[in-house]
Amino acid sequence: MARSLIFLLALAALWLAFSGLLMAMPLILGMLSCLACLLVSHRMGLFDHKDMQNPNMIRIQSYLGWITLEVIKANIAVAKIILSRRPQIDQQFIRIQSSQKTGFGRALFANSITLTPGTVTVETANGAFLVHALTHDAASLEAFAAMDRRVTATETGRK
Amino acid sequence: MTGWPELLRDIASGIAFTGGSAFLLIGALGLLRLPDFWSRLHAAGIIDTLGAELMLVGMMFQAGWSQATVKLALLGLFIAITSPTATHALANAAFVTGLRPARLAKDESPSFIPVSSTIVKTQGRDEQ
Repeated sequence: MARSLIFLLALAALWLAFSGLLMAMPLILGMLSCLACLLVSHRMGLFDHKDMQNPNMIRIQSYLGWITLEVIKANIAVAKIILSRRPQIDQQFIRIQSSQKTGFGRALFANSITLTPGTVTVETANGAFLVHALTHDAASLEAFAAMDRRVTATETGRK
Repeated sequence: MTGWPELLRDIASGIAFTGGSAFLLIGALGLLRLPDFWSRLHAAGIIDTLGAELMLVGMMFQAGWSQATVKLALLGLFIAITSPTATHALANAAFVTGLRPARLAKDESPSFIPVSSTIVKTQGRDEQ
């Protein structure tokens, strides 16, 4: 119940941030669409499982900062390959271990891999992802292990 | 005459726009130059990440402290969440239907194929 209320408040804040209209009609429509969204989320079972009861916002923020830097580095690496006279690509499918326990953690890890150019998460299984990498450098296992540790730290909220 | 803050803002947004359009062009070039579907996914990744985000940052500098900046920041966040999801859906569909790169330096995919082709397991593995 408390989670539904927080969710509703967050949705209302999002609506206000996007519309910015403090008039009766938009506010009523906004409230209705927030309620409809809450209803659909309940039907999807968004509040049923115990994933991320207390997300550590500071950890998530510091992870966002780190992943931004990683994305910039990976972008420059792939840009160099595209601009080189003869693109040197060694495509490969590699198996990456993931140590996350919750769905949120695994989604965060898989999306982080896809977000960095040069690597794409193709398929998921229990405790592992299949990743397509463009080059040998992009497929470095140490880099994936480092990202895995950071995602798990973000997920658990501990160091 | 415009003052210092406006000049700095124009310079900052100019840098972001230049960088963003450079990465958009490189991504488009990559889509044309790279050999197959799988390598082109990575060129599209450049457009999705630094290309789009740097353009949004440039627009944020132009908008200043206003509601437009809040909207642009939220847009950037949503693009960062949805674009890898879409890329994954595309890559997964190609993988399941059996599309493979022309040349593979290393292939550890066979252990994943049974999981993706049996629907029962696909539904079961998310229940913990």
